[in-house]
Amino acid sequence: MIVQAVVALLLLFSGGLVLAAALGLWRLDDFFLRMHAPALANTLASWAVALASIVYFTATDGRPVLHQWVIVILLAITVPVTTGIVARAALFHLRRDRE
Amino acid sequence: MNLLDVAVTLTLCAYCLAMIIGLGRLLRGPRALDRVVAFDFVFTVALLGVLVLAIRYDSSTYFDAALLMALFGFLGSAALGKFLLRGEVIE
Repeated sequence: MIVQAVVALLLLFSGGLVLAAALGLWRLDDFFLRMHAPALANTLASWAVALASIVYFTATDGRPVLHQWVIVILLAITVPVTTGIVARAALFHLRRDRE
Repeated sequence: MNLLDVAVTLTLCAYCLAMIIGLGRLLRGPRALDRVVAFDFVFTVALLGVLVLAIRYDSSTYFDAALLMALFGFLGSAALGKFLLRGEVIE
């Protein structure tokens, strides 16, 4: 029962974070402001979902199940690369438009 | 319905709403880079949705799908960003 409560809380937390990220993506004015919003979904929300999954499957299987970390670690490696490329492209376009 | 089912349903509804908003940004986005960011966001939310479905259906087969989605989402976004940076994907 307490496992269910923990998993439910983590899932609802991640749902709220993803919704906040989507609202930020929709409402912020500038591209460089909008770039910040998806980081919420990429970091804290995915960590919360992976933690919920680990807690649930560890409690269900009766043994430690940890392979969900791989997805979070993969996201933590790849997302900064994508963000860097996109930010550099945006700066490139900004400079080209000014000239 | 127990607590977990309610939480899973609410979370999936929140993800659906977030994906619809992200798709709105994908359609509206004034420039191409806005669309790249929105695409990346929608892909990430779909990945999280697959992880939630793994809890919902109590099956660990979904993790492989989520892993592949993480890989291909990165590949797609990186290729699009690279293309917008110089006009070619591989220099």
